[in-house]
Amino acid sequence: MPHDDPDHPHALLPPDPALRVKALETILTRKGLIDPAALDEIIDTYQNKIGPQNGAQVVARAWHDPEFRAALLQDATVAVTDLGYFGRQGEHMVVVENTPDLHNMVVCTLCSCYPWPLLGIPPAWYKSDAYRARVVREPRKVLAEFGVTLPEKTAVRVWDSTAEVRYLVIPMQPEGSKNLDLDALAALVTRDSMIGTGLAQEPS
Amino acid sequence: MTCLTASAPDPVFRQPWHAQIFALTVSLNESGRFTWPDWVSRFSGVLARRGLDRELDGGDDYFNAWLETLELILAEDGAAPQAEVDRLRDDWQRAYLNTPHGASVRLSGL
Repeated sequence: MPHDDPDHPHALLPPDPALRVKALETILTRKGLIDPAALDEIIDTYQNKIGPQNGAQVVARAWHDPEFRAALLQDATVAVTDLGYFGRQGEHMVVVENTPDLHNMVVCTLCSCYPWPLLGIPPAWYKSDAYRARVVREPRKVLAEFGVTLPEKTAVRVWDSTAEVRYLVIPMQPEGSKNLDLDALAALVTRDSMIGTGLAQEPS
Repeated sequence: MTCLTASAPDPVFRQPWHAQIFALTVSLNESGRFTWPDWVSRFSGVLARRGLDRELDGGDDYFNAWLETLELILAEDGAAPQAEVDRLRDDWQRAYLNTPHGASVRLSGL
């Protein structure tokens, strides 16, 4: 490692933005406006506790239980809250369902709004200009880059998230997965399939 | 053109400072410093301006815009004036340069 170089015996200097973040933290902590322990807890939550596995449970249940599916499509916020998935950035969630005739995709053209309680923090590509600008203009081309080619007859609809409304896609249930239990179903549901840039996996 | 295809799973945060600025912002939002719609409005403005002449990536570019937004908000409301941020940033740099490798880095006076 370069910082073991005897010519550079000091601690590895972080990049400029990291130093500025530390400066903000120091100022706000000294003023009592933030608690560093609370920051650690927030990071731990999104790194280790909340992620696409939550959304996968919701999709699996929707595939398995028609009543839950109906409730989810009618009012997703209530339906997922009943399963314990609520909190920051989940105040108003809308679920859209893929069918043979319609494939849904989600973007946030403004920044990176995303259903945190169900999917965690968005991946870097979701936050990139490349995705945010292009998915609206040429969704099929973007899908192809993710390795997804849809039948010609399938329409593509792109949903633009906002600070108020977050979307989750229910991918189509793979053939041959009808008899699986909830956990086995959830294992087929990828993060990308719930954003609409992927499909659910086929059971092995 | 940036390749969008994701092959390996992404880490949730690519850099520790991405995680820190994210948590800082969420914490300030929760303590009522600003609402999330306000944040989105300011942040999307900064992203749009920075993305005018080039395509931003979803990593450092994105979080640099995030940092600029938070600095603007906190300078405006007086919680962290720009001059104070600049001074503390230099203090931290000095602390890193004066700390032997392996020891934990602290600001003097903390």
